Order: sequence, then C-alpha cells, then structure tokens
Amino acid sequence: MPKRTDLKHILVIGSGPIVIGQACEFDYSGTQACRVLRSEGIRVSLVNSNPATIMTDPEFADATYVEPITPEFVELVIAKERPDAILATLGGQTALNTAVALHEGGVLEKYGVELIGANIDAINRGEDRQLFKDIVAKAGVRLGVDDPTGLVPRSRVCHSMEEVEATVAELGLPVVIRPSFTMGGLGSGMAHTPEDLARIAGDGLSASPVHEVLIEESVLGWKEYELELMRDRHDNVVVVCSIENIDPMGVHTGDSVTVAPAMTLTDREYQRLRDLGIAVLREVGVDTGGCNIQFAVNPVDGRIVVIEMNPRVSRSSALASKATGFPIAKIAAKLAIGYTLDEIPNDITLKTPAAFEPTLDYVVVKIPRFAFEKFPGADPELTTTMKSVGEAMSLGRNFTEALNKAMRSMETKSAGFWTVPDPAGVTLADTLAALRIPHDGRLYTVERALRLGASIAEVAEASGGIDAWFLDQIVALIELRTEIVDAPVLDVDLLRRAKRAGLSDRQLAALRPELAAEDGVRTLRHRLDVRPVYKTVDTCAAEFEATTPYHYSSYDSETEVVPSDRPKVLILGSGPNRIGQGIEFDYSCVHAVQALRAAGYETVMVNCNPETVSTDYDTADRLYFEPLTFEDVLEAWHAEDSSGRAAGGPGVVGVVVQLGGQTPLGLAQRLKNAGVPVVGTSPESIHLAEERGAFGAVLARAGLRAPAHGMATSYDEAKAIADEIGYPVLVRPSYVLGGRGMEIVYDDPTLRDYIGRATDISPDHPVLVDRFLDDAIEIDVDALCDADGEVYIGGVMEHIEEAGIHSGDSSCALPPITLAGSHLAEVRRYTEAIARGVGVRGLLNVQYALKDDVLYVLEANPRASRTVPFVSKATAVPLAKAAARIALGASIAELRAEGLLPATGDGGTMPADAPIAVKEAVLPFKRFRTRAGKGIDSLLGPEMKSTGEVMGIDTNFGHAFAKSQSAAYGSLPTAGKIFVSVANRDKRGMIFPIKRLADLGFEIVATAGTAEVLRRHGIACEQIRKHYQAGEGDDAVSLILGGDVALVINTPQGSGASARSDGYEIRSAAVTADIPCITTVPGAAAAVMGIEARIRGDMQVRPLQDLHATLRAAQ
Amino acid sequence: MTRRRSAILVLEDGRTFPGEAYGSVGETFGEAVFNTGMTGYQETLTDPSYHRQVVVQTAPHIGNTGVNGEDDESGRIWVAGYVVRDPARIGSNWRATGSLEDRLATEGVVGISGVDTRALTRHLRERGAMRVGISSVDTDPQSLLARVRQAPQMVGADLSAEVTTAQPYVVEALGEHRFTVAALDLGIKRNVPRRLAARGVTTHVLPAGSSIDDLLATGADAVFFSPGPGDPGTADGPVALAREVLTRRIPLFGICFGSQILGRALGFGTYKLGYGHRGINQPVLDRATGKVEVTSHNHGFAVQVPGAGSGAVVPDQVIDTEFGGVRVSHVCLNDNVVEGLRAVDVPAFTVQYHPEAAAGPHDADYLFDRFAELIEGAGAPDGQQSDGRTHSSRGRSNA
Repeated sequence: MPKRTDLKHILVIGSGPIVIGQACEFDYSGTQACRVLRSEGIRVSLVNSNPATIMTDPEFADATYVEPITPEFVELVIAKERPDAILATLGGQTALNTAVALHEGGVLEKYGVELIGANIDAINRGEDRQLFKDIVAKAGVRLGVDDPTGLVPRSRVCHSMEEVEATVAELGLPVVIRPSFTMGGLGSGMAHTPEDLARIAGDGLSASPVHEVLIEESVLGWKEYELELMRDRHDNVVVVCSIENIDPMGVHTGDSVTVAPAMTLTDREYQRLRDLGIAVLREVGVDTGGCNIQFAVNPVDGRIVVIEMNPRVSRSSALASKATGFPIAKIAAKLAIGYTLDEIPNDITLKTPAAFEPTLDYVVVKIPRFAFEKFPGADPELTTTMKSVGEAMSLGRNFTEALNKAMRSMETKSAGFWTVPDPAGVTLADTLAALRIPHDGRLYTVERALRLGASIAEVAEASGGIDAWFLDQIVALIELRTEIVDAPVLDVDLLRRAKRAGLSDRQLAALRPELAAEDGVRTLRHRLDVRPVYKTVDTCAAEFEATTPYHYSSYDSETEVVPSDRPKVLILGSGPNRIGQGIEFDYSCVHAVQALRAAGYETVMVNCNPETVSTDYDTADRLYFEPLTFEDVLEAWHAEDSSGRAAGGPGVVGVVVQLGGQTPLGLAQRLKNAGVPVVGTSPESIHLAEERGAFGAVLARAGLRAPAHGMATSYDEAKAIADEIGYPVLVRPSYVLGGRGMEIVYDDPTLRDYIGRATDISPDHPVLVDRFLDDAIEIDVDALCDADGEVYIGGVMEHIEEAGIHSGDSSCALPPITLAGSHLAEVRRYTEAIARGVGVRGLLNVQYALKDDVLYVLEANPRASRTVPFVSKATAVPLAKAAARIALGASIAELRAEGLLPATGDGGTMPADAPIAVKEAVLPFKRFRTRAGKGIDSLLGPEMKSTGEVMGIDTNFGHAFAKSQSAAYGSLPTAGKIFVSVANRDKRGMIFPIKRLADLGFEIVATAGTAEVLRRHGIACEQIRKHYQAGEGDDAVSLILGGDVALVINTPQGSGASARSDGYEIRSAAVTADIPCITTVPGAAAAVMGIEARIRGDMQVRPLQDLHATLRAAQ
Repeated sequence: MTRRRSAILVLEDGRTFPGEAYGSVGETFGEAVFNTGMTGYQETLTDPSYHRQVVVQTAPHIGNTGVNGEDDESGRIWVAGYVVRDPARIGSNWRATGSLEDRLATEGVVGISGVDTRALTRHLRERGAMRVGISSVDTDPQSLLARVRQAPQMVGADLSAEVTTAQPYVVEALGEHRFTVAALDLGIKRNVPRRLAARGVTTHVLPAGSSIDDLLATGADAVFFSPGPGDPGTADGPVALAREVLTRRIPLFGICFGSQILGRALGFGTYKLGYGHRGINQPVLDRATGKVEVTSHNHGFAVQVPGAGSGAVVPDQVIDTEFGGVRVSHVCLNDNVVEGLRAVDVPAFTVQYHPEAAAGPHDADYLFDRFAELIEGAGAPDGQQSDGRTHSSRGRSNA
C-alpha cells in the first residue's frame, strides 16, 4: 500500500511548553515527523509555542508558527495555511486535546481538514474511561477470554461527589480516582480514607475538562507492564517494546523505575499481554501509528487487567524508541500518510523491513528525576499523579549494569549505591518503615534494607510488591560489595566482575578507601586493562548487521566501535531534565552537532536523556548513550580517540562542554587534566567567571559595577558582610544552576536560618552574599566571543518582573521594551569587557540589573544559557551553532563571511520594526500538593521553579504578551471578576493598571486596604474579607475556589519570610482553581496590555520563516 | 556467593569464549545456533528441533521465571548445550515450580554462562552456524577444538528416529469432535495437537517410521507432518510417505521440517541457511492476504523452489510439479526465504515457521483454522475444496 497521493500539505501540532508529564519527548517525535513528511515531498506547517524545540527551527517545516496551541490560534493557522490534514498524535495530550476541540468546534469540517493518524472516535474510545472498559471487554470476547469483564478493574464513572460516594460504598476503600482527559495522570490519586476521597475526587472533578472521574478497584501492588504497539492501515500490528515497572502499581509509570524488556514474564504471560494489546488496539480503532497500553498483573495468580491506553505517541514511546532503536515517531508519520510497515525499511539494518518486533540483547533501565527540593511544601510521596521532571535511561548487558549506570546518571548527591554514607543511626526497622511510602530514590532504601539483613520476602512486602527477581539482583550486588570490601587486594578478576555488575570507579572507591578515591581506582583499572567495550543497539540482537553507530558501554569481550580517520568532536549533553536544566540545553547541543557536521567533523554525542533529540541515533554521526559522569565520558572519549588514531586519523580533536548546561561544564577541568582536548572557553576561564573573587577582579579591572558583595563560610562572616552592604541581601551557594538554594534575606534572623540550613558550606564552597537591588530592571544578555576577543551580542532581554525573580521564571521581552539607547550601549560595553576579561570562546550569558539608571553586573555564565533558543528564534541567528564553530577555532569574522552570522550588526541593535518576542515561563505548581492536600505556594523568588517556557511573537508588546499567556496558561480573560490584594508598597504602582482593567469592563474585587486606595482613585470595587477575618458570605479564598474569579493580582505584604506566608492562601487557591495569578506590579501592567490586545480581537499569526526573512533583510 | 567453575566454549573455526559452568558440569558438542527470543527459554529447551544443537540465547538474562510444569514442549530438554550470559540466581513467577539451573543439572545439560553472547552471535552471523564444544572439565582450547572437529555435522544428519515417540498416542479433541488427524512425529511440539484439539481435532501422534497404512489405520481425515531436527535431505522415508498422502489427495498440513518434506515430495530441493532463523520476531508475508504476521521460527534449512536465488524474491506464480500447481504462499520479509507452500491441485499446504508458537506470537494461529477448513472442504459431498484463504478468527488466543 503505497503512500497516499492526496495529502500534499499537513499541519503538525506540537506539544507546547515542557511541563511535568509532557516533556521534550514530543520535540523528538515532532522533529522526526516533520523530517519524514518533508522528505516525502509534503508541505509541512507546524504549530508549537515552545521556542526551545528543534522542531520549531525554521528548517524543519515550510511554515513554522510559534503560536499558542489553543483552538483559537490553531484555527488562525488553518485559515491561513489551508492544510489537507492535521497530524496530532505526535504532540502529546495537548495536541490531541486541541484536535478534538477543533473537531468539536466544527473547524476541521469548515476548512475540510482531515485528522490523520487517529480518528476522533478512536481518541474518545481510548480516553473515555467507560467506553474504554467496554472496548477491553469486547476485545476479551474476541479473544475468547473466560471472564472478559475481569480484564479491567471494577469501576464506575462519576460526575458528582454523590455518585463517587455511592460507588465507594460498593467497591470499598482503597480506590483509585482518575479524572478524564487530563495529562500525565494529573489529578489522579489513591484514596485510603473518606477524607482522601473527598479531596482527591473533588479536585479530580474540577481538573477534568468534562467534570468526570473514574472510581476504580485498587490494583495497588500488582506488577505493572506497558507495551508499545504500532499499527498500519493494512491492520498489521507489531509490538515494539515491553516495559516492566520495578515499582508496582500505585506509582505513576512516569515516576517509576522501569526496565525494558520485561524481565519477569514467561512467554505465555507475555503473549497474553501481546494478544490483549493487539485486540484492544483493533477494537479502539487506532487507524495507524503508535499506541501505548498499560497492564497490571496480579503476582499471585497472573490475572491481567488492562489499565489504560494512549492512542498516540507518548513518553513511553520515546523511551521505547531509544531502548530498541525502532523510531516509533518516524514510522508513525510514515504510516499516517499511507505506507504500511512492510514497505518501510528498518533504519538500522536497512535490509530488513520495519514490520517486525525488535529484540534486545541488553537491558534498559529508566529512572525518573524529581525536583521536590524546589517545592518545599510539596508532598514527596509518589502516587498515581506524575511528579518527576525528567528521566535518565541507561543500557547495559545485564540489569545491574544498566541500573548502576542509570543511578549515576541522575546527577543527584548519591551517585549510586554506597556513594553516600547511610544516615547516622538508621536501623533496619526505620528502613523497612520508609519503604512503605514510595519515594524518590526508593532503590537506595531497598538496598539498605537488604544490606541491613532484611530478607527478599520482607523487602518485597514492605515495598508493596517489588518483584523478588529485582530484589535478588540487588542482593547479588550486596554480596559482591562484601567480596570487594573483604578482598585482600582488588585483583583483576574481582575488578572485572565489579565492572560487569555496573559498579563505577566512584562506588569502588567508596568501598576501598585505600585506593586514593575514584582516580586511584581508575589508575588501577587502566593498569590492569579493565576497560569497557562498546556494543551496538541494532533492533535485532545481532541477527543482522547494523549500520547505525548507536553505542552503549559494557564490560564484555568485543567492541563494535568502527574505526574512522575523520576528525571527531564529542558533544556532551545535559543529562536528565530538571528544573534549571532542560530542553534548552539539548537544543544547543543538537545545534552544535548540526554545525560541526556541516563543517566536516565526525560528531559524537554523549548523553543519557531518552526524551531528547540529541539522543536520536541519527542526530549525530555517532551516539554514546552513557551517563555524563567523569568516568563514563572519559571512557567514551578514549574509545573514540584511540579507534580514530588506530585508523590513522587525528582522533578526537575537541570535546564541547559548554552547551549542555552545568553538567558537562562541571566535568571540564577534570577532563582537561586527564588530557582530553576540551575546546571552547577553557576550564580556567570558566573558573574566572564562576569563582566570585576571581570574577570580582575581572570586573574591577574593567571598571564595571556589581552589587556590593562578599563571601562567607559562617554566619558571623555573613552577618559582617550584610552589616556592611546593608539589607536586603541575596544569598546563594557558589556553582549552582537554576538558582538552587538562592534566597533574598531581609534581616539577621533569616540570615542565621539560611546559613544553618546550608549544610554543604565550606571554604571550598562558600556562600555568596550580594546586595539585593530592590525594584531594579533585570537584563539578560547572550553573546558570542571568539579567540580574537571579537564579541557578537546575540540578544538583550528585558525582564518584565523586577530583579529578584529567577531569570528562568520571569517573563522577558526581546528587543527590550523600555531600555534607552544609552542603556544598550552600556550593556554592550560591559558585555564586551566581561567576555574579553574572562576569555570566553563561544557563548556567554550575563545578567544585569539596572537601578536608578546605573547598570550592575549580577552574574556571568560562560556557557550556553537557557535563553539561547529563544534568542535564536527571535533574532533569526543560530547562536549555538556559531558557538560550536568558535569553540573549534572559527572566528566571528569567518562566520559572518560564511553567513552563519549576519554580515553586519548584531542582536544588540535590533531594527526598529523588529517583532517583539516575549518569553514566558511555565510553572508546575498545580502538580503538587502539601501532605495535607492543599495547593502549594506559587510565589516566585530567586530560586527557579519553572519547567518550561513559551514564546509569543508579534509586532507589538501587548499582542506578544497576550500570546505568551495563551500559550503558557490558557488565555488572559477579556471579561469577568478580577481579585486584587496588593502590598502597601505596591498600591501606588497598581492604580493605573487596575483602573484600566475597570475601564475595560472588569469587575474589581479587593481586600479592605487595596479597596480603600482604589476607591480614592474612583475605581469602583467590591470589598471582600480575607479568609482569616471573621464575617458572613464569601472570603477571598472561597471566592477564588468557587470559580467566580477570572484573574488574581496579589503581591506579597512585608518582606522575608513574612512575605512568603502573606497571601499564600490566595495564591494556592488560584493554583487550585487554575486561574492566572499575577504577583508583581510589572506583571500586572504587562497583563493589562495583553488583555487590551485580546479585547481588540485582532490577533494574527505569522510563520517564523516570514519573520526571519524580514529580520535578515533588515540586517 | 559461591563462584562457578570455569568453562570454555570453542567453535570449530577456533574462536574461543571463556565462561563459567552452567547447568551440568561436563563436556558437550553440537551445532552452534543462536536464538533471539526474549521470552520462552523453557519452550526452546524442550523443543525437539534443537536436538544436537547448542543454543546461544541472545537475551542476556535467562531463568528469571524459573521452570513450571506447563510450558514444556516435549518430555525433556533436547538442546545439546546451552550458552547464556547472565543466568538468574532465583526464578520468580507465580507458576514457577523450580529453578532452571537445577533442571538443566538434573537433565545433564552442559551449559556455559558469562559468555559475550553478542560477540558469539555476530561471529555465527558472519561465519554461519558451525560445530561447537563446551567443556567445564577440560578448559584447554586446543584439545577441545580437536574434539569439536570430530563431532558430527548437521548436514546429512538424520535425527527423526532419535526424537520421535516410541509408541503412538492420541490427543483428544476439546469439545465436539470434528476431525481426526494422523500426525507423523518427527519431533513434534505439544502445542500442535493442543491447537488442533481446540478446533475439535483428535490427533493420533505416530512414530516417525510409520507407514501409510499405519496412518490410514487411525481413520484420519488428514495428515500432519511435524517439525523436527536434522537435515531434510536425509528424510527419504517421510518424503515417500508424503507422496503417498498427496497421491491419495488426503489433506496434508506440515510445519517446519514437515514443510521441507512437502517441498521434497513435490520435487523441490532443500538447502542449509547460513545461520538459520531462530527467534520469535520474524516477519512473514502471507501472500494470499498481503498481511504481515510476526512469527516464531526455528529452522536451519529451507526449501529451494525453482526461479529463486539466494536472497531474491520468490516469484508469486504457480509452479508446476508432479502433483500439479504449487504456490509459495508465505515468504520471510527479512531475507525472502520460502516460508510456506500451498498446492493448488491437491489439498496440501505447509509453513516453514511455527503457527503453534510456544514460544512466540500467536499471529499465525489462523493456519490451524485453514487446516480445519481444508479438511472440511475435502470431505464436502461435492468434493469442492476450500482454498484455505479465509481466516476469520485471526488473533485468537493461544493461551
């Protein structure tokens, strides 16, 4: 069945900003889809509001709309582009929901657009809980299963609390609550008590767009499996991958440690899952493409129940693609345009077709990465609501090798078993008790319990059902540990066995203190010639020859690295996504690969994040799916360098560390010391920028101002500094990303408290104390600098919120909207001086504060920043590509001559008619609850909390800002009630914006103090009591929770800790009610401009290609 | 943890892999073949088709679910030796009744673990299946190599007599009896009569040396030629029997070795594949429907039809034979090997792969329905034959 000839123009819908439950896996899948469709000669239009994606690079589509993924904006795109079809199955739940809304709104029909990949009925059958249960029962009948209704947990769909209570009376507690049509399991949970039930079901009813929840029999503790399937239009179906969760049912699969392939199924059981999966897929009627089905298996009698299916490419599909080498999204796109599986060649073997099922001769482990430290009030118990922000995957020739590699890929304080001592005085009883609550890093607790003497059966029971096979694998590690500890010397045999089990040099060093730490173990290991070999992911367990160099390390006998005499460059990726280090860095790494490939280098990517484009096996020439630890990177470098030299080539000519965020940057000095050719900004220069004293000297030499500051290693030192420079001060540890541990401190007691909590403080790791500039304008600059000291300003971004909010969380505008020419000239002079003073060779990000017309340097980061993709999209200049070239020796002049950079001018002086791009951060507050089940505080501060970002771009600020809000949070309101409660110091600044909102027809509701000031300015407003004030009727919190408020404006009263507590109830109510909440005066002013733009109703969409052509012409 | 005894694996071309003893301590020889299935080791070990073969499992962890009383495909383990990377220390499954390693030891199966099975597989892929020895008693590579080179070759091996049942036995139909089938046991797997029984077929399993009269004496409506080990080029007895069946226009179905026998009975040759098909992920195209099924394979030989060179696509046309026209009904999409034959003028069809699965996917289970339809059509009063194309209950559970 060849491809359809009637599809000439397809609109691909992306997934928007990175949020918990929907991360960069959809950039990976969307990028693949766009490439496939274009290579088939189809015109591709694309909508995605996330500028940090590769798919929104203008070369991946014919028309790229960086516009909100809402029915309103997608309709504008459809009206303008008139595509033949929409492909919405590769953009996660966001794309699918938008497609459903466009269908229901009659838009698809109006414009004659076909939905390909899945039809609306199939989507509804997959997503609607009750329909889905009927489908599974029908599939069971088709298979001749004895009890088809037993293939799903007993359950009922409820639309009200009354229905919920009646159902639970029948099923008994505990029950699982699942809201319909939410993403990543948002709002679901397990209720053990009537109180849990009231809270979770209540929230679930409001989280569901159709106010519907499913109350379900608990299968807590059952074994959990997933299958990834693909179907073509000829009804051929293949299972791409099986995945087994180590964490039994009860923990969201996104939060579970998972293994591929399934480890503890007999063939009979596996084939039953396969038969059921295929039957369900057919019954649901997924036309073509990928789908994911989850099963629970009762460990006692093997009863299987089908939990859910996603009729689209999912996070698990990305994992399955990376785990098997079978590119699900690419194939799904081909199937959507009419090909059948047997017509598509297997990318890796080239000779065999895609109509087969990959078989693995290795084990894959995925571990989720959490960020609970960013949300102090949030309940860290793992439940059926996904809370992780990223993941790392690893491959090994056995389970323990993969597990140990995955654990050290997390970049947490513990880098695998035994790398951090047990908590003092911890007992077996404590450990077993801790196991009962699923938590981040539970395998550490499992290991400790087993090591302290618990039996496999005891740990299986305490952990709620972790399979004995996995526990025994950990017991084997513990036995090996004992051998290593007890052995008189670490001989070659024992060392080899330790490495085959996946233990790192660092783990061995922890067990053998006489070996002079990790370096000592490595020296011994190299002397004994115990080094890894690199195997290939080939989809077929070596049955056919692989053409794709997708490698993973193993301590086995034969390496498969093909020698090459080309000059090679290693690009180190950024590891698991976390808050502060996400897709933006992967974007820069992919750009480096593209630029260096084009410049003739053989590119070698090293990374361990399965969600990313960088770990697609055809992004770089070679892929090493490895942890980004010093040991693993050094070995990968060695394998490539030595095989390259053996082939008569130069080997590795450069290792790029400055594009993957703090992770590779942190390895720079050690790699250089080990003889690795680190290119770009030297480790010494990195130190100059990151070490406060050295950086102060750089600034002093150039005569640049910085806020008064000092470094302290104790409270007394910190207080002395604060006394000298005056409160408020900004305190933070050195060498951090994402503002980790950063706080604004207003008084001595808070300072004392902060130093007390900063346990890692030492002369090597002092606390930085800076004068905090209240009410300053914050400015972010991305710039390039070459070996000649030539500087190219990439872009100057003006933050909308005042300084003090982490740059990653504040919205910003480019070009700057209020800065004067003299400010920009000053910014340029400062940036040039810093770039030259530090010795940057590549990218530099500088943050400034402008207060009372005086420019201060806040910090400089000699690496690609989070804003590089945003700036690149807003200015049409690929900064990361240029940075990679500069690192390998190109000059800015050469890059200008080549056309990679504009011939003249730079991003510091944008043309007067340049469009305004607004970046808005997306925050995950509604994912989290306190232990008591309340919403957590949404107040922003110097510590970064956002998971992703969007870009709104238009000719003026108001429109651009409105778009950014639509893309990030759903649209700004155009009518309704606005609740206002602002701190005294903000009352003056709020008068104008609130008056304007009142004039626009909004009803204003305010607390007493705010209302008084507003009335004096002639603004009519309703007064409402605060929630803690006694009185009749609604208070502020109940009003918001009641859903009557369209927008909340609340700035915190007081300072320091009291500011944090003030208004907490109001802000958390806004989070719970899912309505916009503005916490700063400039934010309110921007919102007013956005609201005005929306009320005018003249929103337009324009492809990036157009905008870039205009910009390029102006340059 | 007690350390395992060292062991060694030596291939006939001299390549050597160190490892540790697994299963029984001792020495064994056979033909080295690799199996890429990620599940189903118990079925693989007990499949008589692996007689005299040393099986290399590409899946690194073997033994995770132990062994149970239900998944054996015959009465014993048949593999001549077993090569794995990481044997399980415990079996964990609700049906498990014991550990795999204990079972291997009990049945005297010599194995080796800790081997770089991927390197070994790549070697076999490049050089072809070859003789191998495993020893945990004499780990000197040279002396073992000498013995490997004295071991018998698979080409020319007639093994049916070694694996067939000593006495005939009957597997009764489930539910209403519809047909009786005489199955020639050349190394049959238990799941074949089970799949037939599910369709109302009573199966008389007969020893390999049975005559046409023995077959007819069962009152059979049809004849089945089973899978099994060895070189089909030596199976002159079963080939002659198949010709008798074809001559009598008795419905015939064959699987794997049985398919090669039909091929020879029709006048085609057989040949040895470089390294064979052994796994449960092989894509086979059913030319009658154009659909792809993911199937279980275990064959080192294949049927050579006229007009098909090595690796070339077999023409989809009727080939004239002594018994009338024959079509190549199924081909493997990986390498275009003939995977099924269907006679046009006599009621006979066979497949080279394993619709009974065990281990493997159930996609090809419909072939048992085709067989039932073929029998039904042959027995119809007007003599009309079903063309065996319909497969209404595709995807039916095998469980």
